[in-house]
Amino acid sequence: MSRFVARRFVEIAILLAIMSFAIYGLIGLMPGDPIDLMISANPHLTAADAVRLKALYGLDQPLLERYWSWLRAALGGDFGYSRLYAQPALAVLLPRLGNSALLMGASFTLTLAIAWPLGILAARRPGSGFDHAVNLLSFGAISLPSFWLALMLILIFAVGLGWFPPGGSATIGGGGFADRAGHLALPVATLTLVNLGSQLRYMRAAMIETLSQDYIRTARAKGAGEARILTRHALRNALIPVITVVALSFGSLFSGALITETMFAYPGMGKLIYDSILGNDYNLALAGLLLATLMTLLANLAADVAYAVADPRIAYT
Amino acid sequence: MKPAMARLHRALGDGRVRFGGGVLVAMAVAVIVAPLVASGLGENGLAIDLYHRFAGPSLHHPLGTDELGRDLLLRLLQGGQISLLVGLTAALAASLLGTAVGLAAGYYGGRLDAALMRLTDAVIALPLLPLLVVLAAIDLRKLGVPAELADSQAASLYRIIVLVALVGWTTVARLVRGATLSLVRRDFVRAAEALGARPARIMLVHILPNLATPIIVATSLAVGEIILLESVLSFLGLGVAPPLASWGNMLTGAEETIALAPQLAFYPGALIFLTVMACNLFGDGLQQALDPRGSAGRGV
Repeated sequence: MSRFVARRFVEIAILLAIMSFAIYGLIGLMPGDPIDLMISANPHLTAADAVRLKALYGLDQPLLERYWSWLRAALGGDFGYSRLYAQPALAVLLPRLGNSALLMGASFTLTLAIAWPLGILAARRPGSGFDHAVNLLSFGAISLPSFWLALMLILIFAVGLGWFPPGGSATIGGGGFADRAGHLALPVATLTLVNLGSQLRYMRAAMIETLSQDYIRTARAKGAGEARILTRHALRNALIPVITVVALSFGSLFSGALITETMFAYPGMGKLIYDSILGNDYNLALAGLLLATLMTLLANLAADVAYAVADPRIAYT
Repeated sequence: MKPAMARLHRALGDGRVRFGGGVLVAMAVAVIVAPLVASGLGENGLAIDLYHRFAGPSLHHPLGTDELGRDLLLRLLQGGQISLLVGLTAALAASLLGTAVGLAAGYYGGRLDAALMRLTDAVIALPLLPLLVVLAAIDLRKLGVPAELADSQAASLYRIIVLVALVGWTTVARLVRGATLSLVRRDFVRAAEALGARPARIMLVHILPNLATPIIVATSLAVGEIILLESVLSFLGLGVAPPLASWGNMLTGAEETIALAPQLAFYPGALIFLTVMACNLFGDGLQQALDPRGSAGRGV
C-alpha cells in the first residue's frame, strides 16, 4: 500500500510538471503583453526602459529558458508576484483555497448525503413511482446549466424573498457564524444540485446491479433483515464502482465551483483563477491552475485509497 | 420486419425517446423558421433601439425586448440556431474522435489501450473548466493567424466547437472501447483475421457497424453535455461572441438587470435546460430500448 501511494506521488509530480509546462506555454499565448501593461500603467516609460524591463524579467529569453527559471523559482516556493493584487501569488491564493475547500466540502458532503440514501431506496424497487421520481430528479439535475441555476436562486431567494444575501462570503465588518452560513447557503445549494444528478444515477445503478446478485438472494433466504441486506450485503459492494466515479468527479466539482464562485462573487480559488486569466495576471493564473490540478489529483489518490479500504480483495502493490 | 425497423419501432415505444425526440424536433423547427418570424415582426434581431429597452410583451414584441431594445423572441430563436448548431457539430466531432480512440484501444489492447485509457481518465479527472478558460482566451494572432480571420465571428464559432469537442469525446471512447473489447474475441472477427484482413479493414468493416448502438446512444448523451459546456463558456464571454446570439451569451449581462428584467435571465436558461433534458432523456430511453442488457451503459 505505501509503495502504491509513493508511486502515485511520483506520477502526480510528473503530471504536474507536464501540466505546468503546457499551461506556461499557453498563458504566453493569451492576449496582451506584460511590458505593454507596464507601459500603459506608467506613461513615462520610454522605449529604452521597455527593452531594459524585458531583459530584467527575462522576457527576451526563449520559452524553454523562461520556463526553466520559473520552475526553479517555483520549486523554491516562489511563484512570483501577482500583478492584480501586488502580493506574492501564493499569499493571494492560500486564503482563497480555504474558502473554496469550505464551499466544495460542504456541497460534496451534502450531495452524497442526499444522493446515496435516495439512490439506495430507488434501487429497492426499480420502476416504482418513487424510482421514477428519483430518476426525473437526477435527469433534471444533470441537465441544469449551473450559472442559470445560480441566477434563478438569486432571483427567488435573494431578490424576491430576501432570505439570503446575493453574494460575497460575509457581511463587511461583521460576520459571525450565522452570517457566514447565510452567505454559503445559495452557493452550496447551486453546487449541490448540479452534482447531485450524476451521483444519484451511479448509486442507483450500482445498487440495482448488486441487489440482483445471488448472494443477496442467499442473504434473504437465510432470513436477514431488509436493513441489514441493504447496508451490510449490498451497499458495501455497490460502493466499489461508486467510489471510482466519485474519484473522477473532483475535477468537475472544481469546474462547478469556478462558476458558482463567479456567480455569487464568493472569494474562492475558482473565481480567482477566472479573474486572473481575464486580468492578464500570468503568475497568479499559473499558480492557481497548478494548485487546482494538485488538489484534484490528491483527491483522486484519496479515493483510490478508500477503494482499497472498501474492497479488501484489492491489494495495491 | 427488418431488424433496423424493429429497433426503430422499439425505440419509439419508449416514452422518454418520444418526449425527448419531440422536444428536439420542435426546437429544430422553431429555429429553422426564425427568418420567417423575423420578417413577420419586421425585426432583424440585431438593430439596437435604446428607446424601447426592457419593453414588456406586446403584439410587436411577443416576449418583449432585451437590454438593447432587440426583440427577445427573435434573439432566442437566433441564439437557438447557434446553440443547436454548435452542439450538434461539436458532438459529431467528439463522437468521431471518441470512436477512433475507443476502437484503437479496444482492438489493439495492451500498452496502447492502457495509455489511451489513462489519457481518457486524465481528461475526465482534471479540472477542465479553468483549463478551457485559458484555451478560450488564447490570442490566435500570436499563433500566426491573420488578424481579420482571428477576430472574425466565424473564428469564435470554430474555436468553441474545437474546444468542447476536445473535452466531450471521453464518454464515446469508453463505451466504444468496452464494446470493441467484447467483439474482438468473437468468431467473425477472428475469421476475418484468419483470412488476412488488415487491422484497419477489420475495425472499419467488421467491428464498426456493430458499434452503431453505443455510438448513437453516447452521441445523443454527449450533445446535451456539449450544449451545457458551450453555454457556460459563452456565458463567461469566451465562447460565441456577441452580437451573434447564443443562449449562453444572452445570459452574460443578466445578473446586473435581474431585478429590473427577470425574464431576460429566465428564458435563455430555461431553453438550455429543456434542450439538454430532452437530449438526456432521448439518449437514456434509446439505450434501454436498443440495449436492454445495458452493456453500452456500463462504461465505468
